[in-house]
Amino acid sequence: MIKIDKLHKSYEMGSSSLHVLKGIDFKVEAGELVAIMGSSGSGKSTLLNILGMLDNADDGTYDLDEMRIENLDEKTAAEYRNKFLGFIFQSFNLINYKSALENVALPLYYQGLKRKERQKIALNYLDKVGLKNWSTHLPSELSGGQKQRVAIARALASNPKVLLADEPTGALDSTTSMEVMALIQKINNEGKTILVVTHEHDIAMMCKRIVNLKDGVIVEDKKVKQNIIKNV
Amino acid sequence: MFNVERWKEIFQSIKKNKLRTVLSGTTVSLGILIFIILFGLGEGLKNSYSDLFLRQANNVVFLYTGKTTKPYGGFKTNRRIEFDNSDIADIKANFSDRVEYINPTIRYGDNIKYKLESYNFSIQAVSPSNQYIEGNVLMKGRYINEKDIENKTKVVVIGRLVARDIFKTEDPIGKFINIGSRSYKVIGVFQDLDGDNEESYLFLPYTTRQQILMGSDKVGSIAITFNPNLGGKGAVKLENDIKTFLKKKKSIDPTDPSAIRVRNVADELERSMQFAGALQIIVAFVGIGTLIAGIIGISNIMVFIVKERTKELGVRKALGAQPSEIIKMILTESIFITSISGFAGMIIGVIALNSLESGLQEYFITRPQVSLNIAFIATVILIIFGVIAGYIPAKRAAQIKPIVALRDE
Repeated sequence: MIKIDKLHKSYEMGSSSLHVLKGIDFKVEAGELVAIMGSSGSGKSTLLNILGMLDNADDGTYDLDEMRIENLDEKTAAEYRNKFLGFIFQSFNLINYKSALENVALPLYYQGLKRKERQKIALNYLDKVGLKNWSTHLPSELSGGQKQRVAIARALASNPKVLLADEPTGALDSTTSMEVMALIQKINNEGKTILVVTHEHDIAMMCKRIVNLKDGVIVEDKKVKQNIIKNV
Repeated sequence: MFNVERWKEIFQSIKKNKLRTVLSGTTVSLGILIFIILFGLGEGLKNSYSDLFLRQANNVVFLYTGKTTKPYGGFKTNRRIEFDNSDIADIKANFSDRVEYINPTIRYGDNIKYKLESYNFSIQAVSPSNQYIEGNVLMKGRYINEKDIENKTKVVVIGRLVARDIFKTEDPIGKFINIGSRSYKVIGVFQDLDGDNEESYLFLPYTTRQQILMGSDKVGSIAITFNPNLGGKGAVKLENDIKTFLKKKKSIDPTDPSAIRVRNVADELERSMQFAGALQIIVAFVGIGTLIAGIIGISNIMVFIVKERTKELGVRKALGAQPSEIIKMILTESIFITSISGFAGMIIGVIALNSLESGLQEYFITRPQVSLNIAFIATVILIIFGVIAGYIPAKRAAQIKPIVALRDE
């Protein structure tokens, strides 16, 4: 599903340059649930941003579902993001003046779907994350866990090939973290490929594979016995 | 451009962000409103000026005489030139197609007496045309007529202030006043809208004055009114033609500048209107300043709005919004708000001006109005600048990488 080869990325910091990714080789098969771990500054978020076409690599190749992602202009990148990727952010990034339903329906707006159809699909996904009854509420009226579930529904709405989650539980307490991870496991079990960036070991243990990043290189890449969450 | 789904998005954004909408809308409305009111007041000032001068006939040319400054036709320099009755007859005969009225005038001072009291007012011996040229309005009795001229009758028409000073509450008509050693019958009282000074005159027939001066046929100055259809250029030509004619008749060097002089009321009016025009330019300048302030205001707000929405725009881009879609969204929103509030401001301004219409006369402002064209153009200019002001930050926001926008807290 995802294949990257000798990926490099550095940032200009005034006069000096910071080499964040120093040649990453990495492959993800369809249906995997991969945790990308590492301390802050290890390059894990940068990697995720490049995978999410939110940022460009300096060097190396990136194939998504056997399609080479390179030299994207803004327009194509936006189109690909919309079609192939779903994002889950640490700070949810819901639009505060839109109801839960409208937030979930937004990616569908950019696919050009009619309002009725958008709302039907969005309601379906809200139901899937257990928030059907909260569809008319604004983000400010939802708890943190509920907000993240709306964000997950939104990431799923355009039926992407890959879900990219950047510290999805970073802003949540442990109980809600469990809920959110249980939801992610459930979606993964239905066949969706998911990458989760985290620095918490127990969150990583809920995935099926852990990739450890340190100073811009992969130091460890192992399958783990998934810690399956039940009855939350 | 027209896309129902986008409009729905925009309406939601407008409706859910009331403070922002009200802020930018008010800036635009206020800019237009103040512009229109200032511009209208300037127009009112100009109207007051033109009204003031238009009450007097403005197609008048005054002819004066002086001394020659150049020798000519055997005459020495420094010869005194005077008009006489034959000049009036000649102008009448030669320029009848272009001249409407001719008013010979003799100014003089003399002792004015009524019942042992003495008074001091300006006296002018004139023809009936004087009423039209000066813009005198009769209050009582009659004006000097052709019969008075023919018969050289001893009658006098007096200004309102003269009547008030001399006769107090008495009815002046039919009373006799002494001017110099002779007695004149008051036949009429006039008023003049041009002010007190114009109402302090006594007018009597010029032929009566000539008879008293031992049958002289001399005339002090001549005022003529020309056919208004001549227009400015025609009037200047007429002036020159009459001047040339009279100089030739009186053997004056055609290039002598002071023997016969001409003063044109239309020129003076034009100068005054230029002054009023300058006033209006100043007012328009202030108005344009207001407009620019409005433009800067709306620009600031647009920058602020885009800044405030940076994160939202980043989210939208992450979810698949294309840069052009972002720009269209922000622009359509800003056009919508500036248009609605701009035209609202325009309508309020025009209504406010109309309601001020009658209340400001004492401040020298008459009919303050702004043409709908100007109001419309000003509004459109403000909208266009609002759009430009929105476009620049929108374009910048659309080009930021979503990751940068998302990091923006």
